[in-house]
Order: sequence, then C-alpha cells, then structure tokens
Amino acid sequence: MIGRTAAESEIVKPKWSIKSFFLSKKVVPYVFVAPFILSFLFLFLYPLVSGVVLSFQSVLPGQTTFIGLSNYERILNPTFFKALSNTTIYVVLTTSLLTIFPIILAVLLNSKFTRFADLFRAAIFIPALTSTIVAGVIFRLMFGESEDGLANTVIGFLGFDPVEWRFGAVSGMFLMVLLCSWKWLGVNILYFMAGLANVPKELYEAAEMDGAGVFHKFRHITIPLLKPITIYVVTISIIHGFRMYEESYVFWQDSSPGNIGLTIVGYIYQQGFKMNDMGFGAAIGVVLMIIIFIISIAQLVLFGTFKKGE
Amino acid sequence: MKKSSLYIMLFSMLFVILAACGKGGGGGGSEGAEGADKTAVIGSDAEDATELKFWTFQEVHIKFYEDAVKRWNEEFPDRPIKLKAEAYPYDNMHNNLLLALQSGTGAPDIVDIEVGRFPNYLKGEPQLLPMNEYVEPVLDQFIESRFDIYSKDGNYYGMPTHVGATVAYYNKEIMDQAGVDIDSIVTWEDYVAAGKKVAESTDSKMLALESMDWWSYWPLIKQQGSDFYDENGELTLANETNTKTLESLNGLLKDGIAELAPGGEYHAEEFYGYMNDGGAASILMPMWYMSRFTDYMPDLKGKMVIRPMPKWTEDGNRSAGAGGTGTAVTNQSEHPDLAKEFLAYAKLSEEGNIALWEVLGFDPPMWTVWESEAMKKDNIYYQYFGSDIFNTLVEVKDEIDSINMNENIPVVQEQLFTNVFNNVYRSQSQTPEEALKEAAEAVKSNTGN
Repeated sequence: MIGRTAAESEIVKPKWSIKSFFLSKKVVPYVFVAPFILSFLFLFLYPLVSGVVLSFQSVLPGQTTFIGLSNYERILNPTFFKALSNTTIYVVLTTSLLTIFPIILAVLLNSKFTRFADLFRAAIFIPALTSTIVAGVIFRLMFGESEDGLANTVIGFLGFDPVEWRFGAVSGMFLMVLLCSWKWLGVNILYFMAGLANVPKELYEAAEMDGAGVFHKFRHITIPLLKPITIYVVTISIIHGFRMYEESYVFWQDSSPGNIGLTIVGYIYQQGFKMNDMGFGAAIGVVLMIIIFIISIAQLVLFGTFKKGE
Repeated sequence: MKKSSLYIMLFSMLFVILAACGKGGGGGGSEGAEGADKTAVIGSDAEDATELKFWTFQEVHIKFYEDAVKRWNEEFPDRPIKLKAEAYPYDNMHNNLLLALQSGTGAPDIVDIEVGRFPNYLKGEPQLLPMNEYVEPVLDQFIESRFDIYSKDGNYYGMPTHVGATVAYYNKEIMDQAGVDIDSIVTWEDYVAAGKKVAESTDSKMLALESMDWWSYWPLIKQQGSDFYDENGELTLANETNTKTLESLNGLLKDGIAELAPGGEYHAEEFYGYMNDGGAASILMPMWYMSRFTDYMPDLKGKMVIRPMPKWTEDGNRSAGAGGTGTAVTNQSEHPDLAKEFLAYAKLSEEGNIALWEVLGFDPPMWTVWESEAMKKDNIYYQYFGSDIFNTLVEVKDEIDSINMNENIPVVQEQLFTNVFNNVYRSQSQTPEEALKEAAEAVKSNTGN
C-alpha cells in the first residue's frame, strides 16, 4: 500500500527539475529570445535613452547639470550645416555609385561571355575584408600632393598638373567616395549576384523569342526583378553614408582645411571628445538619428515597401 | 567552375587573415595592453614594489621615466616602485583619459597630457591632484609660466616637460648659397630681406608655413606679446598684432619668399622629406622640434644651426614658449602620495631636468641647470646642431613669454586649423582681417563669451 501510494504520488506530482523547466513550452520561447532582448536592452535601448538624456545636460566631472534645450539651440550653426551638406553629398554619391556599378558589374560577371569571372569576383570582394583605416593610409600615400605621388604621376602621364588632393573640396570628396566605393563595391556585387541567381532563365528565353535585345532584357527583366535587393542595398548605403566617419578621419584626422572632410559623426566626435562637450555631441547625435529615421521612412514609402499585397 | 570560384575566394580570404596574424604576432615582447603602441614595465621586481600605472601619447617619453624609476629605486630601496608605462596614439589616449576621469574608473596613476588638450581636464572639478606642496618650494628655479598653463585657481596640476623656447632653425648651406650671413639677421626686416635673396638665388624658399597647424603662427604672435586670449581671459584672436602678423606671413607667401608646408604641417611625412631635401632655408619652431630633425631629417646633420628668432621691434622678444606636455597625478590613484612624490622627483629635481635634455633633447623648464656642466656633455643634438645650442637659449632666457591657456583654446584651434589658415593662405577667399574676425565671432558664439 505504502509503496503504491508513493508511486502514484510520483505520477501525479512530477519532481521539478531544470530539464523540465527548459523543456516547458511556456518558458522555452523566452529563453530563446533572451539573448536578443538582453543585448537590445543593455547595448541599444540603454545607450539610446542615456544619449538623449545627455543631450539635455552639460556634462563635466562633478558638475553635471540639466541645461534644457541650450545644446539644441547651438546646433544650427554654419559648421553643422557644412557637416550636413558634406554628408548629404557623400550619401548621394556613394549610394548612386554603389547601386549602379554593382548592378552592371554583377550582370557582366554573371554573363557566360565573361572570361575569368571567378577571378574578378574574388578580386573585387577582397577590399571588403580590409579595414578602412589601413586602406585609407595607403590611399593617403597614393594621393600625396607631391609630383611623385602615385596618383599625380598617373595624371601627369595624361598631361594634367599635379593636384593637392587633400586640400580641395572636390578632390577631398572624391577621395572619400573613392575609398568607400573601392571597399564596398564587392559586397554589393555579391548581393546583386545572389538576386540574379533567383531570376528565372525562362523569362530571358521568352523575351529573346519576342525579339528583345540585351538592353531591353536588362531594362524590363533584370532591373524590376532585382528591386527587393536594390531597396536593401540603397537603404544600407544611405545609413552607412550618414554614419560615415573613418573615411574622413583617415585623410584629415579631426580637422580638415575649410572643413571639407567634416561629417556629422566627425562633428559629434570633435565636439564630444576634442572640445569635451559631451552634451552638445549627444544633441548632434540625436539630430542625426532623427534625420536617418526620416530619410529611411521616406525612402521605404517611395519604394512602396509599406503597400500591402504587392 | 563553381568549385574553383569557391577555392579562389577561400584562398584569398586566408591570405588576408594570415597577413593580419603575421603582423599581430611580430610585435614580440613590446605588446601587452590592448591597443597600446608600446608597453614597458619599468623598475623593481621585488614583491613589495608598488605598482604605478603611467599613460603617455608620446612613446619617446617612456625613455625618460625608465631613467627616473631607476634612480628612484636606487635612492629609496625601502620604497621601490614598478612603473607600468603605456604609450597610446594621441587622440586615443586623450579620449580614454577623458572618459576614465568622467566615469570615475579606469584612469592611470600618472599621465602625460598635451597642452592643447589640458584645458579639457580642468573643466568642472579637475579630476587631477594639485602638486602645490612640491611645486611652490622650487618655483623660483623654474620658468614659472610653464606651470601656469597647467593650473587652475592657484593649483598646479601638470608638471612641465620643457620650456618650448621657440628658435630659428637655419639651413646654413642654403643661406651660404644665397650669400646671407645668418648672424646678421636680427630683426624681422632682416629676415624678410634675407628671404628675398634666398628666393632669388636658390631653388629653396626662405620659410614653409603650416596651413593645418599653428606652429608657424602662435609663437610669432606670442613673441610680440599678443596671444589668442589675454591674461584676463578676454578673446584677442582678431587684435591688431595678430592681424598684422598674419598679413606679414601672407605677404611672404604672395612674394614667393615662403610657401605652404607640404602635408600642411611640420609633423607630416611629406614635410620631413621636403625639408630634408632643402625645400626651405629656415623654420621657426620650439626647441623640442630638434628631435624631429635628428629622427626624420638625417641629411641635414651638421647643416642646421639654431639662432634666436628675428625680433619684430627694436626691443622686442627673440623667443616665445610654445607647446608642452603636463604630467599629472589623477585622483583615481591608489597611492596618491607616492605617485606625487615620484612625479616631483622625476620632473622637479635637478637630475630630472638634466635627464630631460640628455634623454629627450628638451630644453628643461628648470633654468638653473642650463649652464651646469652636465648639460655640456656630448650627445646627438650637439652633433647635429653644433655645440652652441644652450648659448642661444641662455641669451634669450628672459624673453620667453609663455602662451595663455584656457578651456576655450580647443575651439580657437579648430577655427585656425580649418578656416583661418585655409581661407587666407590656400584658397585666398578671405583677407587676414576678415578671416580672424570671422573666427573670433565663431569662437564667441561657440563658447558663449
């Protein structure tokens, strides 16, 4: 009798164990999402909130005080607008270059007429593996202002005068865009090639039967079917462009002649660290966040991402 | 086809990764702390040795502390110390320190802070320890102004590393070629006249001007008693002297007597190469620039001579103090008394100041040692510049006014580096007067005074 009761009670009330806890259907989902939730809370939400709080403060050791909106009142100055216009030009240039060229190159590399396509594919991708700073140091040497610099020697052969690359507004922007494009071209080609792999061959065959030429096929089949990839590439290029900093830092460190290389993030760094004005730096950061947010939403609306049933 | 592409990809990635590893592993024993250029543990291995941590932005400075720790441990065997010295890149170190002091954790015991950034650490309540008890007794043996630039409300926080007396470095070969006797250059007019001869009769220019740094400007206005801020903290950036000086320099540029320094500054690789090849016949730089000559411009050995700066008026000064590194003890030190005593021993003693010259080639801020016998011992600087370096220094000893520092200097610096020099010298879109006035307005609106 006694033994039986014990056995029965075991069945009725199973012992609580760690194993059963983790196997419970109620708990497991939380366990699985916990790493993301925790990292989101501590590494994203907390810095975000404290960044916003900082932007209303004057931050000095032992003397941190709330100063209301005065950080924001100072933002709209010529230097900020210079940084904003630099960044915007940079974003427009890099985004268009890094969308148009990769599409064309991906189609070329995908073509059965291209020889050594694999070699090119690998070669174009390698820059993505290098650090921007390391590559930038080499670029800086290549684009030195002396006549013996690599770039000046090359344009010298073509009959041009040496250029002081790092000191002109146009050539300075050219250097930053070039470095960024050189580095990210291969990655974007990979995205587009993955997209091309999903385009059904039958569409091209059908088009050929209807007498479509190379350009028509590209225009009416390739481009529309690559749209989801294009949206993705454009979005990340824009965000990447607005938070750009290294490409400028590596050429001029923290101050460039006439602020030709100043970006918004560079301005945050300059004000926050160099001027020890963390509150003001944080306020610029908040403004930058709002700008990126608005542009991303606008762009997604334009591309029709929010429309249902497409 | 597919397979071969994969292999090419993998091999190229492997190559890059291996190359990266090869670089990382090659550093040998000098590595340690993450991101540090150089780490050195100096001093006693004894178990009772107190460990102190030291950060610097200038690797060369570690040599000086090696010497100081050795002497300390010999002199005070009952209180041995072990100094863990770490050198980081300039920006990196100053930012790390700022964050460490702001957040109250992670700062070293002793730290080197560059003069341009020092004001940042004096904002709010300084998180550095005052050294008055050690400074005050010996102050009269030092160039006093070198302590003022690292002080706030009568407290001395930074211990100076050098005087930074600005001198003229002439390339004797070029000057001879132009037929100019260097010793005949006394006033600024003489200098300009000599510059004309140099520009006419040689391939070199008389002077190279910085467009992205302030060394070819700040010492010159200081020499004439002006500055960016006056003693009372009033902004004088656009005053008459500053405007006139910028106009004179711009005039040299227009007349072809001077040109812009390649690389935009005297510390650029491009400039070292240019100067080494005889690009400019002279530059006006502080004494601490000597080590750049010996390290980066080896071909000029024996050709460079050091003379006082040309003076602007009959009774004008022939030098000015510029640049600097203040070494401070932070309030996060676990052994504040020991750290302070050691720092005073290293920087405020006679031996320490002689070591500043012997080890680093700096003009020591303790002027009483300038004429001592120990300073006359042969070293690489005498071999490079000739034996009369200190005669020049002693000659101008009473003419070395030091720069005025305050917490807005980084803002002024930003304006000069980005707008003023660029707009005046390079793009010529503004006159010196316009550029300085606009910069002064920008500084005022930025700092609120």
